[in-house]
Amino acid sequence: MMIPLPLFVALPLAAAFIVPLFGQKKRSFATLLANIATTCLLVLAIYVMLTGQSGIYKVGRWSVPIGINLVLDGLSGLMLLTISIVSFAAMLFSIRYMEQYTAKPKFLSLFLLMVAGMNGVVLSGDIFNMFVFLEIASISSYALVGFGCEHEELEASFKYMVLGSVASMFILLGIGLVYGMTGTLNLAYISRTIQQAGLNNGLYFALAMFIVGFGLKAALVPFHAWLPDAHPSAPAPISAMLSGVLIKALGVYALIRIIFNIYGVSIPIGWILITLGVLSMVIGVFLAVGQWDFKRLLAYHSISQMGYVVLGVGIGGVILAQGKDPAWASLAILGGLFHLMNHSVFKSLLFLTSGSIEIATGTRQLKQLGGLAEKMPVTRTMCTVASAAIAGVPPFNGFWSKLLIVLAAVKAQYFGLAAITILVSLVTLISFLKVQRYIFLGDLPDKLNDVKESKGSMLWSMGILACLCVGMGLLLLWEPLREQILTPAVQVLVQNVYSSEIISMP
Amino acid sequence: MLYSMCFLLFIIGLYCVLVKKNMVKIVLGIVIMEYAVNLFLIMLGYRLGGIAPIIGQNDYASGVVDASFTQASVDPLPQAMVLTAIVISLGSLALMISICIRTYERYGTFDITQIRRLKG
Repeated sequence: MMIPLPLFVALPLAAAFIVPLFGQKKRSFATLLANIATTCLLVLAIYVMLTGQSGIYKVGRWSVPIGINLVLDGLSGLMLLTISIVSFAAMLFSIRYMEQYTAKPKFLSLFLLMVAGMNGVVLSGDIFNMFVFLEIASISSYALVGFGCEHEELEASFKYMVLGSVASMFILLGIGLVYGMTGTLNLAYISRTIQQAGLNNGLYFALAMFIVGFGLKAALVPFHAWLPDAHPSAPAPISAMLSGVLIKALGVYALIRIIFNIYGVSIPIGWILITLGVLSMVIGVFLAVGQWDFKRLLAYHSISQMGYVVLGVGIGGVILAQGKDPAWASLAILGGLFHLMNHSVFKSLLFLTSGSIEIATGTRQLKQLGGLAEKMPVTRTMCTVASAAIAGVPPFNGFWSKLLIVLAAVKAQYFGLAAITILVSLVTLISFLKVQRYIFLGDLPDKLNDVKESKGSMLWSMGILACLCVGMGLLLLWEPLREQILTPAVQVLVQNVYSSEIISMP
Repeated sequence: MLYSMCFLLFIIGLYCVLVKKNMVKIVLGIVIMEYAVNLFLIMLGYRLGGIAPIIGQNDYASGVVDASFTQASVDPLPQAMVLTAIVISLGSLALMISICIRTYERYGTFDITQIRRLKG
C-alpha cells in the first residue's frame, strides 16, 4: 500500500494545532496525543523504508511543473526515518523532563510543528515549497531555544534567530535568482534546464547564496557561531532534536540535494564541500576539548561531526566529478550518509543523558559534578555507550561510518584527509574521556549525596537510542538491510537521474 | 541597474545586522533584507506596461488568450511567492520583537554588547 506522502506533514501539523487546546489541566492527555503522533510517524517511516516505496505526490492533482509535488526517494526516506527515530525518542523523554516547565502543551505544539517542517523539507520537490517548510521548522526552533525565557536562553534565541533569518534571506535570494535564470521552481525541471543550457554566472551566484544560507543552517565552520549558544540553551529534548536532526534536515540535506541533484557536482564544488567539512571537523573538535559546560561541549562536537558528513559526501562528489570508479564515490557517500544517521542517534542520546544529569543534579558544569557512577548507573551506561559511539570505538555505530570515510579517502589517494579524520576521532575520544572522568568518576561532591536516578520514560527513551547505537552497525553489515535502507539513498546522489525520473513519471 | 539597486538594499540590511549594537536596529536590518528580496522577486516577474494575467472562463474559446497575451502579461508566480514570503517574515518578525521585549525585561537594555552571558 502506498502511503500518501502529505500524511508525513499533515499528521504532526494537525496534532500541533490540537494539542494546545487542552490547556494546563489536561496536559497528560496532550502529552499522550503528541506521543501518539510521533509514534505513528515512526511506524509510517519504518513501513515506507521496509517496503522500499518511492514516488511522487501531486498536490491538488496539478501536473508536475505547474503544481507543487512531494517526492519520496531513497535519500528522503533515509532522512524521514532519522527524523522519526529522534523525534520519537525526544518526545518520549519529554513526558517526564518537561514537567519542570510551565506551558507544556505549547512546547508539544512547537515540537510537532518543527517535525512537520522538517518532514516537509525532506519530501518537497519544489524549491520554494522547501523554503516555506524550512521556515516553519526554523521559526518553531527559535521559539523552542528561548523556551525557558531566562537570561541565557533569550540571548541565545536572539542570536540564533538573527543568524537564522539572515540565512533564510540568502536562501530566498538564491531561489529568486534560480527562478529568474531557469523560469521554474520545480527541482527536477531546474535540473533539466541546467543540464541542457549549462551554468551561467547568475546560477553560480545563486549557488554561493545556497552554500552560505544552508551552511548557516547546518552550522558548518565559518558559519557556526550560533550553534554553541543555541543548542545548550534549549531544553534537553530540544537540544537532541536540534543537534540530532534539525541541522541535518535543514542544512546538510538541502545542500547536498541542491548540489548533487540540481547543479550536478563538479570538482571545485566538491572541494568546497571538503574544505567546509575539514574546517568544521578540526575547529569544532579543538573548541570542544576546552569546554567545561557539558551541553556546550556536546554542541561543539555536533559541529565537528557534521564535518564528517560533509567531508564524506564531498570526497564522493570529487571522485564522481573526476570520472573515477563510481564504486569508491558510493563508498564515500555511503560513509557520509551513514554517519549522518549515526550522529543523529548518538548525539541525541548524549543530549538526553545531559538532560537526565541536569534534572538530577541541577547543574551541567563538569567541575561541579563527579562520582555519579554509583548514583546514576543507567544514565552512566547510556552515556558511556554514546561516548564510545561518537569517538568511533568498535563495534558501536560511529566506528563503521568513520571507517568507511577513512577507507574512501585512502582509496581516492587523499591520505592527508584520512589522517585528519583519524586525528579528529582521537581528539573526540580524549574529550569524552574527560566527560566520563569528571561526571561519573572521581569523588562525589557533598551536595550531590542525595541524587536519584531518573525514572520511567526518560530511561526508556535513552535505552532505545542506546540499543540503536549498539545495533546500527547491522545496517551496514547485514546486506538485505543495507540494500533496503542505505543503498537507495546513495544511489540518488551517485546516479544523477533525479530529474529524468520525475519528469518521466506519469 | 534596478537589480543592482535591489542588491544594494540587501547589502545595506546585512550591514545593519552586522554593525549595529541595538537589538531593535538589528531586527530592522533583517526587515530591510526581507524587503530587498521581496522587491527582487517582484521585479523578476514585472514587465513594463504589462497586463494582469487573468484568464476568464470563456477566454480560451473566444481567442483572447494567445501568444500576445502571454507576452504582454506579467509573471504571476513571483507575486504569489512574495505574498508567502511576507506572511513568513511577519511571523518571524513578531517572534523577534517579542524576544526583544522579553530580553529588555530581563537585562534592562537593548545594547548587545551588554547582553553577553554566553561565552566560549
